[in-house]
Amino acid sequence: MNNNQEQPRLGLSNVAISFGGIRALDDISLAVMPKQIVGIIGPNGAGKTTTFNIITGAYRPSKGEVRLDGQAVTAKPSHLIARAGIARTFQNIRLFGDMTVWEHLMVAQPHNEFPLRRLLPARWANPRALRRAEEILEFLNLEDVKDRTARSLPYGLQRRVEMGRAIAARPKLLLLDEPVAGMNHEEADEIRQLMLKLRDKGLSILLIEHDMTFVMNLCDYLYVLDFGVMIAHGLPAEMRSNPAVLDAYLGHAT
Amino acid sequence: MFLQQFVNGVTLGAVYTLIALSFSLVMGILGVLNLAIAELFMIGGYFGFAVILAKLPLPVALLAGMAGAALVAAAIEKIGYQPLRNAPPVTPMLSTLGFSIILQNVATNLWGSDPLQLSEEVLSARFTFGPVSISAMQLVVLGATLVLVILLAFVVQRTSMGRALRAIAENRDVARLLGVSAGPVTLLAFMLSGALAGAAGVLISLHYAAITPYIGVEIGLKAIAVMVVGGTTRIWGALIAGPLIGIAEVMTTAYGGSQIRDFVVYGLMIAILLLRPQGLLGGPRSEQGPRV
Amino acid sequence: MMSTYYAGLLADVGILLLGALSVYVILATGQLSLGNAGFMGIGAYLTSYLTVTAGIPLTAALMMAAAASGLIGVVIGFPALRLKGIYLAMATLGFGEMVRSFFLNFEAMGGSGGFDGMRHVSLAYIWSWAAAILLLVAILERSQLWLEMRAVSDDETAAGLVGLNTTTIKVGAFGFAAAVAAVAGGLFAHHHVYIEPGNFSFERSIDFVLAVILGGSTVGAGALVGALLLVMLPEYLRFLAEWRFAVFGALLIAMLLVRRQGLLDRSLLGMFGSRRPA
Repeated sequence: MNNNQEQPRLGLSNVAISFGGIRALDDISLAVMPKQIVGIIGPNGAGKTTTFNIITGAYRPSKGEVRLDGQAVTAKPSHLIARAGIARTFQNIRLFGDMTVWEHLMVAQPHNEFPLRRLLPARWANPRALRRAEEILEFLNLEDVKDRTARSLPYGLQRRVEMGRAIAARPKLLLLDEPVAGMNHEEADEIRQLMLKLRDKGLSILLIEHDMTFVMNLCDYLYVLDFGVMIAHGLPAEMRSNPAVLDAYLGHAT
Repeated sequence: MFLQQFVNGVTLGAVYTLIALSFSLVMGILGVLNLAIAELFMIGGYFGFAVILAKLPLPVALLAGMAGAALVAAAIEKIGYQPLRNAPPVTPMLSTLGFSIILQNVATNLWGSDPLQLSEEVLSARFTFGPVSISAMQLVVLGATLVLVILLAFVVQRTSMGRALRAIAENRDVARLLGVSAGPVTLLAFMLSGALAGAAGVLISLHYAAITPYIGVEIGLKAIAVMVVGGTTRIWGALIAGPLIGIAEVMTTAYGGSQIRDFVVYGLMIAILLLRPQGLLGGPRSEQGPRV
Repeated sequence: MMSTYYAGLLADVGILLLGALSVYVILATGQLSLGNAGFMGIGAYLTSYLTVTAGIPLTAALMMAAAASGLIGVVIGFPALRLKGIYLAMATLGFGEMVRSFFLNFEAMGGSGGFDGMRHVSLAYIWSWAAAILLLVAILERSQLWLEMRAVSDDETAAGLVGLNTTTIKVGAFGFAAAVAAVAGGLFAHHHVYIEPGNFSFERSIDFVLAVILGGSTVGAGALVGALLLVMLPEYLRFLAEWRFAVFGALLIAMLLVRRQGLLDRSLLGMFGSRRPA
């Protein structure tokens, strides 16, 4: 098991869920340590996105627990889980089409101290959020497009905006669902560098990805799912030659 | 008295069934609530009325109402639905709202806002079975509804067009891949739904021997409740829900006062939307997994 | 001095503006309500009861009715969370009809015979309220809260995942809108000095929606444009007098086909500097 004796940042224990009689996930346990990049891989339909949906509270598992830094967050309302420090991106980018990049970064930083402050214009309501937004614009090279609507941006920039929105509120854990899908090598490498930078700043990352090269070059640990079951886990080098893993991928290919 | 009200309720229910089927054809297949159906019901009624006033026989009136409403429905499909078919369903719904506003204005200007009345009831012969008396017109309403429902069932289940309708209802994209072309099929759905609404309009207006431009809002909108109660995705739910609501409405009027009947009918609709959205006859609630 | 007739028109504009704003606020969270005439009716009857029967001054009565209606709006907002799109529209339609039916049956305030005895109120008073609420909405539109509402409207799931409490936002919108519609109702009652349940029918709810869709559904000022259009256009197109509903129906269809956001939109307003689309 992925465990250095520290408390895991994210822990799933014995999570299971069924949809209309089909076991989508069966007894899944995994851990992501602080400052670690972990990957979930597996053939299509293995249950990877379902796992993400359970972590973010979109689905309630029929059994099992999700813990963030030891605190149970299983099936809490999504916005509370987000505020607890879990952020997520989507396979098909889900941005707020008519909102500008800057607005994305501001809206993703809700604050609770003075709820009435939300009645003020965004740039006055939360100066700290403003600074953070400017920090992210710089970090992700989005300054030139900050006033453009999400809808008007090319795919690569949209992905960056989604990433920016996800890290705006300084999450503890980032869930990335196929972050380099449809990208060429250069773009994917940029994302890889970005993720390494984020990890060094203290973020834990859990990612789903099909691009094996990308995964092998980046992840500290891997979990392999097939048909809702964890068939293997370990270091990337170990997984590369693991017979069960190869079998799952080859088996699906026929 | 009770049985008499029961019969009256079933008659009203038959009309509701037709309009609900009309709503349900478009809602179930295209996911759009065609608010103009209430006015297609009204317009069909006026066409039929005009035919009867011209001393032509009842079947001609029925056909006139159905054909007229179907043609208007085709226009609505071409102008109001087709260009908007890829927008979120609320948008074409608002477009059909525009058509319903136009239709009601047209009717008010052509025929006046006062009720048009028949000088004598059509088919006023009454038959008495014990405590219940039923008029020939009521029998026609029930009979015509039955025939139309059977015809609809035949078209939907047994013809290739009907198969296409069902395919599109299941999954529009897959249907397109399988070569079912959406255009003519949605036009058919609209026209069928128009024909049913028009038939209902003719039947009810002849039954009451009067018609106003406002029967669409009075009666037609309530058929939405019937559709919801029966199940928006299972069109045959309307067969049960129609008489159910017709009876409930007539009973409420007879025993509770006419003013609370709308309250009861719409209350039932909201209760179903919240508690059992698939309707009485609908299948299992479709879900993606237990929601938090 | 303004003619009584013209004053009456402007009063109607002010009242319709408030009704349209009530639809607009709810629409800003991605929900379409076809039953706001119900809240208007509640406001009308409640305000009238307070001024006529309980002798409470109008301004206080309006505020009390708005608060009560707002509470009812919140109560309605919760079950509304379970419904989306057309299903929500149907449920709100049902709600509006239920309210009308309730007042038809409410003999204590006249039932179908209606209620009167209200004191007539000036155009200036009506527009004090209308302008104030329009200003309030315009201010709110620039707030962080409105950004959150737009996010919820665009993609509710993603909004929840960035930490927005979509429940309080959507329910709150219903509550606020119900209060605004109630003010419209109270002002209506004290302008026409006679009300009956038929004044708060589905057609009234449609008027509100029409004003928003035609005038502009993405900015609050669109409600003003729509209200002006609906009340004033028939005056300038007298020859179309009997056909004005058909004209509005056709305008609605045309607008949806050609300019879905309505007449007024953000880029036309040009006020929101940082919101220029590419």
